[in-house]
Amino acid sequence: MKEMKSQTLQAQEGRNAGFGTALSRVDGAAKVTGQAKYAAEFTRPDLLFGVVYTARIAKGKIKRIDTSRALAMDGVVDVLTHENSPRVTHFDLKLKDMSAPTVGHPFRALDSDDILYPGQPIALVVAETLEIARAAARLVDVDYEWQDFETDLKRATPFVPKVPGVGERKPKSRGKAEAAFASSPVQITGDYHLMPEHHNPMELFASTVFCEDDGRLTIYDKTQGVKNSHCYICNAMGFKRAKVRVLSPFVGGAFGSALRPQYQLWLAALAAKKLERSVRVVMTRQEMFGHGYRPECYNRIQLGADDQGHLKAIINSAVTGTSSYENYTESIVSWGGMLYQCDNAKLDYQIARVDTATPCNMRAPGGATGTNMFEIAMDELAYASNVDPLELRLRNYAERHQLKDRDYTSKALRDCYQRGARKFGWEKRSPEPRSMREGHELIGWGMATGVWDAMMAPTSVRATLHADGSLEVGTATADIGPGTYTMMTQIASDATGIPVERITAKLGDSDLPFAPVEGGSATAASAGTAVQKACHALMKQVLEQANQLENSPLSGARMEDVDLVGGRIQLSENPAQGMSFSEVFTAAGLDSLEAKKFGRPRMTRKARNTHSAVFVEVRVDEEVGMARVTRVVNAVAAGRIINPKTARSQIIGGVVFGIGMALEEESLADHRIGRWMNHNLAEYHVPVNADVPDIDVIFVEEEDHEASPIGVKGVGEIGVCGTAAAIANALFHATGKRLRDLPITIDKLVTD
Amino acid sequence: MSTINTTINGKSEAIQDVDPSTPLLWVLRDHLGLVGTKYGCGIAQCGACTVHIDGSPVRSCSTPVSAAQGKSVTTIEGLAVNVGALTAVQQAWVEHDVPQCGYCQAGQIMSATALLKANPNPSDADIDAAMSGNFCRCGTYPRIRAAIHSAAKAQRGEKA
Repeated sequence: MKEMKSQTLQAQEGRNAGFGTALSRVDGAAKVTGQAKYAAEFTRPDLLFGVVYTARIAKGKIKRIDTSRALAMDGVVDVLTHENSPRVTHFDLKLKDMSAPTVGHPFRALDSDDILYPGQPIALVVAETLEIARAAARLVDVDYEWQDFETDLKRATPFVPKVPGVGERKPKSRGKAEAAFASSPVQITGDYHLMPEHHNPMELFASTVFCEDDGRLTIYDKTQGVKNSHCYICNAMGFKRAKVRVLSPFVGGAFGSALRPQYQLWLAALAAKKLERSVRVVMTRQEMFGHGYRPECYNRIQLGADDQGHLKAIINSAVTGTSSYENYTESIVSWGGMLYQCDNAKLDYQIARVDTATPCNMRAPGGATGTNMFEIAMDELAYASNVDPLELRLRNYAERHQLKDRDYTSKALRDCYQRGARKFGWEKRSPEPRSMREGHELIGWGMATGVWDAMMAPTSVRATLHADGSLEVGTATADIGPGTYTMMTQIASDATGIPVERITAKLGDSDLPFAPVEGGSATAASAGTAVQKACHALMKQVLEQANQLENSPLSGARMEDVDLVGGRIQLSENPAQGMSFSEVFTAAGLDSLEAKKFGRPRMTRKARNTHSAVFVEVRVDEEVGMARVTRVVNAVAAGRIINPKTARSQIIGGVVFGIGMALEEESLADHRIGRWMNHNLAEYHVPVNADVPDIDVIFVEEEDHEASPIGVKGVGEIGVCGTAAAIANALFHATGKRLRDLPITIDKLVTD
Repeated sequence: MSTINTTINGKSEAIQDVDPSTPLLWVLRDHLGLVGTKYGCGIAQCGACTVHIDGSPVRSCSTPVSAAQGKSVTTIEGLAVNVGALTAVQQAWVEHDVPQCGYCQAGQIMSATALLKANPNPSDADIDAAMSGNFCRCGTYPRIRAAIHSAAKAQRGEKA
């Protein structure tokens, strides 16, 4: 890995790698040569393989489970079931991982004879080889007691959850929305729907548990937070924390699905505990549908406006699905409620129980659903009030956060609209639906606003400078693909002047200082701030050491008097007068210096959000109902951009998720048997190369040190917010068909 | 159980005690420790497991190891002879920041390498057609297209 890193960086040597530099990913070479290793790829000769057996019914009890035929097979070591698994904690509180819903009983695999949802793991076959475990799993025989179940959200009973939303995004009504709506000359009412989506990261969920000779456990886990997995599994199984180390150097995508520890970790640890042998458990693609997903959503939006399109009333009520055993909630109705100037808003949110695994965060949870639905409604209002869709947003532009009635730390959305529209050529749009055509294809142009949170969470970083002038920065965060290794390297280089090829970023190791899960687009702001603080503290120590040396060229110099350039500390006024870090270390007789610092958000009452304006062109072949996205411009205001290259990749990825949400992705259940029908990559459609055009990303930079100390707001999720709406709106412009049911598949486009 | 004689990344291998119907993917990963090739779906839909047999791309999750008998298999580990000598495709991948999580990229690169061998100057449509069997959830597709064009130019000796 280290070799690989250097190789990538040689090409960039000598370049200033500070803020705003398009540094190539430091782990790029490892990822293009097959050297980057993921959780299922660490091995030892004595490793056992666990294969999961899942419930064949939607809900009920295990009446009898017969594992004798499986156990009789040569090479099978054990079959774990609820009847023979080691005891785990009785306390739900101990299983509340960092991303668990506040209300509910976290799932415990192999803990009782209850079957709570289809696809629930009910046995783990452990064998000397994967082949034997798989073959033996087919011999497990189960008698079930069926119970009534409901997997159809439409038929489930909604209720208002006690804890209705995340943080300050709780729906909060204002004014008299119903009366204002009734008296509005322009009204629209729409019922919007989103099908369930499964994350389907390319890497399968995997945990490899090594039992060390001294009784310790080393666990390679697919997770968005090693500290989360570490704490959870120790709490669950009574392992001493100091005796367990969780590692996750590379994660093959997660998109929220690996925020909560998934059941393969539980099963692998359970088997290792019972058998005192090293065990690996990897899910199959089919099993990847047996845990969290983006919940289905029904959403009614009513907008009232004057005849100039100025909003007078917002009435918005949404229902999302949760499981029978936890209350998973999302913020759906708050986005429209916060985004536009409107004195009257009635916002309601409910959840309803369906018999599936508990849904979980999926890229911009709530925001992707809520923003996209609201932005389709805004397009409907634009047509109803005969105002250009972009102009409608400008007429209703809010300088203050409408839910909290507070200022923003920054909001350059107006610039996003203007720059995005200019790049896209929005002014050339002919407003009438079905008015643009080329050959046999109708052309549609649509736009939407995107909004997401700019979050930051306390994170601790250790920075260590060695006598050879190399620097290490480490924190227990993850790199699920955004480029966290690169971001940390870059900020460390910025803060120390040390060239990037002399810096090693460390993450994905529970022995490193605390970091929360990598989620909520918060890692760059959080870990980045802590890296900067730790590096600054470290440089101060170096200067103090240099100050104290006899005949020091830096005697009496303070931090504000010096520059840090290429591994050297020198006087700003006289750059020739200074010392390299190595010289300081040699003279002071030091091997290394270390600083550990905690980065935390600044206190502010202002609202912290990212914004975007998305412009999309679609082409629709009406005869076959085929829609193609042919152009996307996404203008994003997300504070300072650390690395335009990796940040652009993040926005593109979000837009591709938006294309999936708009046109392709849906998990289809057969509600008669309560099971997902398309639980594979042939029938769960995701965007592929031919579905994705070149995507134009514009960053509208904001100077904002209130959002986070380093001015960063995060770019992981804003790309998906608004994109699906812009596509749906472009489809309306192309075809004249208003489709409110996502994804908009061919069948919906060809139906009159 | 039988022995499969094959060449993997230029090296002769006699793979002992293997069921001839075992998917090539699992022989590569579990028997030979070549874990650069990934499992994504198990049904030849996602392309994460793409390797070359005698230069042609195949989905190793659905190809029995017996199909490699007497043939030459190339995996992602066999492309660059050492880390200092990335192929034009790998180099373009790094420069364009194609990989994000990286998991699907071995398959993407093997497909792209095969495409450029068959068609040294592919159009966008050629790329879309050749590459649409390789899924990427990070959504790296626009950069895959750009990187293939760059690599094609580099291979033709033009400036990228």
